[in-house]
Amino acid sequence: MNGTFRLNGRQVAFEPGQTILDAAISLQVQIPTLCHLAGTTPTGTCGVCVVEVKGLQETQPACATPIREGMEVWTDTPKVRLDRQAAIRRLLLSGHHNCFVNDLDVDRWTDFQLETLRRPWHGTLCPSYGDCRLQDLAVAYGVRTQGHVPRPPAHIPLDDQHPMFVRDFSRCIGCGRCVKACNEVQVQGALAAAVPETGGGKGKTWFPAADYDKCVHCGECVQACPVGALFEKKSYGKAWPYETERIRTTCPYCGVGCQQWLHVKEGRIVRVTGVDGAQPNQGRLCVKGRFGYEFIYSEERLKTPLIRNGTGFREASWDEALDLVAGRFQEILRAHGPDAVAGVSCARSINEDSYQMQKFFRAVIGTNNIDHCART
Amino acid sequence: MTNSFAHFSQAKLFLVIGSNMTEAHPVAATFVKQAVKKGARLIVVDPRKTGIAEHATIHLPLRVGTDVALLNALMHVLIQEGLYDREYVERRTEGFEDLERKVREYPPERAAGICGIDAQTIREVARLLASVKPAMLIYTLGITEHTCGVNNVLSCANLQMLLGNVGFQCGGVNPLRGQNNVQGACDMGALPNVYPGYQRVDVPEIRKKFESFWGTSLPSRPGLTIPEMLDGLVDGTVRGFYVFGENLANTEPHIRHVERCLQAAEFLVCQDIFPTETTRFAHVVFPAAAWSETDGTFTNSERRVSRVRAASRPPGSAMPNWWIFKELARRFGHRWDSDSARDIWDREIRLLAPQLAGITYARLEHDGLQWPVPREDHPGTPYLHKDGLFVRGLGRFHAVDWTPPAESPDEEYPFVLSTGRRLYHYHTRTQTGRCGGLDELLPEETADISPADAQSLGIQDGDRVRVRSRRGEVVVRARVTSQVPRGLVWMAFHFRNGNANWLTNPVFDPVTKTAEYKACAVRIDKVSEDGGGVEAA
Ligand code: SF4
Ligand code: SF4
Ligand code: SF4
Repeated sequence: MNGTFRLNGRQVAFEPGQTILDAAISLQVQIPTLCHLAGTTPTGTCGVCVVEVKGLQETQPACATPIREGMEVWTDTPKVRLDRQAAIRRLLLSGHHNCFVNDLDVDRWTDFQLETLRRPWHGTLCPSYGDCRLQDLAVAYGVRTQGHVPRPPAHIPLDDQHPMFVRDFSRCIGCGRCVKACNEVQVQGALAAAVPETGGGKGKTWFPAADYDKCVHCGECVQACPVGALFEKKSYGKAWPYETERIRTTCPYCGVGCQQWLHVKEGRIVRVTGVDGAQPNQGRLCVKGRFGYEFIYSEERLKTPLIRNGTGFREASWDEALDLVAGRFQEILRAHGPDAVAGVSCARSINEDSYQMQKFFRAVIGTNNIDHCART
Repeated sequence: MTNSFAHFSQAKLFLVIGSNMTEAHPVAATFVKQAVKKGARLIVVDPRKTGIAEHATIHLPLRVGTDVALLNALMHVLIQEGLYDREYVERRTEGFEDLERKVREYPPERAAGICGIDAQTIREVARLLASVKPAMLIYTLGITEHTCGVNNVLSCANLQMLLGNVGFQCGGVNPLRGQNNVQGACDMGALPNVYPGYQRVDVPEIRKKFESFWGTSLPSRPGLTIPEMLDGLVDGTVRGFYVFGENLANTEPHIRHVERCLQAAEFLVCQDIFPTETTRFAHVVFPAAAWSETDGTFTNSERRVSRVRAASRPPGSAMPNWWIFKELARRFGHRWDSDSARDIWDREIRLLAPQLAGITYARLEHDGLQWPVPREDHPGTPYLHKDGLFVRGLGRFHAVDWTPPAESPDEEYPFVLSTGRRLYHYHTRTQTGRCGGLDELLPEETADISPADAQSLGIQDGDRVRVRSRRGEVVVRARVTSQVPRGLVWMAFHFRNGNANWLTNPVFDPVTKTAEYKACAVRIDKVSEDGGGVEAA
């Protein structure tokens, strides 16, 4: 049984159990979010999605407020904007967010920068510079920090023991998205939720430390982190997000066929992420899909045709190598017939390559001796 | 797969059999785990307590290679207790009487003696299976890599048809394909008996169609499978051998035998992106463009054709594979017009394979399309045999018997070796071994054994052990884990050193020629620290 409520003055229907945010998303009314991770239960920590509800003094988090019959909700009022600004400012001041949006007074800015740059993995600007949800929101809401004092916590753990990523909690805003990604999306349970669940961001001493016995290094947490707290070691310092172009492709490993974004700078992949909302993976990747890309840049790649020369090989031109293969196969065909030639195609390569190879064997050599490892 | 990955997160009941999903298909496993978290029930059938088994409602640790016995017993109970879907069986299937007669020979008490799962549990699982509709059956190589692989697959299909689960969202029979494009390579006809689109080479009308399209005459006799090709190299029936992208010298069972075969090739061409154990035997090596260096398409397990796009240039003078074949054809006097992967798809493949007729590159932006796509206005097919209307008319039951693996443990070789894949590497590591971090996460092969066996053999976790079969031996470190049951040794084939395929048995399913990677007999002994690092004796 569906009821109705008013959203920005419009009478609209809702389904029982829907939150204000759920309804707004399905009605395509924009409410900004930060800690919300699609498809997971809300944490309600960031205070960015607040809206006004008629009859209530305080603004309410849209992600955690269920709709009631007849409710009247306003998503963009001066009070809402002020509260969002305050929430964003609190987060900006809560850690080492040393990018341009933190427009502290000049002296304080210098001290803050110096303190920040002393930490490991802080040799430069925040690695998420240009691809940070907090930065975007600060710009969108015109948040200023002038006249305020940044208050990074006194003891900030930094975990860089892991081969794949760094957990730099000096920029953690306690949003809990990484926890949701690990526990509810990957269902791996390697990250401990803040206790209590809500309030992780407020007055926080909580950091989402990883239990590496349970971690499968999928990097879903890194992809979910909206700021520069979790980042990949391999990509660190390789490119700023705004320098890369994104190319969509399909993972080269298993038969799930996950959709990936290749982040490419000057013809080189610097990072791989899952394509949100795409079939079949809905943004997810595993450790191989996310981190298994640089083999293509290995110095050991075969770069030129090779022809056997005693016990070793010598380099050859394409013409020479192709002529040799064609010539030798023709000799074998003449002497022993087409069924004396056989080929194995590749289950890793593209469809078009397998098509060409079976066509070559059938239409050119004249044999059906073509197979691939369909069986392994 | 008859169904889609998108159904995983909505399914209410899963039967996962012979599938180490969390390591071999990790993202697919996340959807199953999520569904279980939301209350779906999960039955896992696997000798090992795998990652997915940890999430199971019931885990059935059957003995290696006894799947048919277990499945027949489940069907025995379903029929005996009248729990199967009578209406579906009557209206949608044929061959039920044969099946009924066969599974009558498999009361749970008899199956229990074979598979090691007690009769009461078998009964309960059968009842659980009948209690939720539809249920999804998911399997992987634990089903196929046996000498009885085909019978295993048929049994899975029998069970799902008996339960009336084929032809519905969140149901079906769903093999997860091992490699990214193994589905596609099959679809493209890289098989000895069929052209693209599974059209048989020995049917004259079909052959005529391809002959006129390709403008040449074509052979009618089906060709050789990989194991037959390898044997042919030794007996001289195969003289020229062309290996594209496969590292046969590590992936095929019984490495020493495979290497003898490769050595015997009169002329071996390898086309690859790296030098491998296999290219060592080549007479000519062609350097190929890799993933992300060419445009093209892959087809995943759910029959989804997705785009692959180029991000960088191939190194040196490496070239796309399709170009190499085209250039070779030219040297035989064949002019092939298509000059890009897109051309090949749009102007050839889709005109030849009816299932792909409606797929063009232009339609493949975003999420691709799931075949069959018979026309350009067809939206694709998320699940097959809709409402139990089978493509072939009626779904056919196949009565099959359990047969034991070719090699059973004995006094000399008292353990069963079963093999598979681990999370952090892919196949022979030609790719993942060259990616920072992955080697750190899994630096070497191990032999996984149970705590009980470790204790009785005096082996501690991390000790070096010698694993020996009738074909070879390896020395690796032991990994003592409660994942593995007593009597089993479990290994993978990612590393040359300690590769399980020094040991595996080159015996094959008589129909598919799939090797029995999942079962052979071995012995395992502790070696002293200076026991020598032989890779094979
Ligand atoms: S890498 Fe994956 S498993 Fe590990 S903590 Fe992150 S989300 Fe969890
Ligand atoms: S590490 Fe990132 S995702 Fe996790 S709580 Fe902190 S800011 Fe949020
Ligand atoms: S990301 Fe992982 S699960 Fe997805 S296709 Fe690649 S290897 Fe398979």
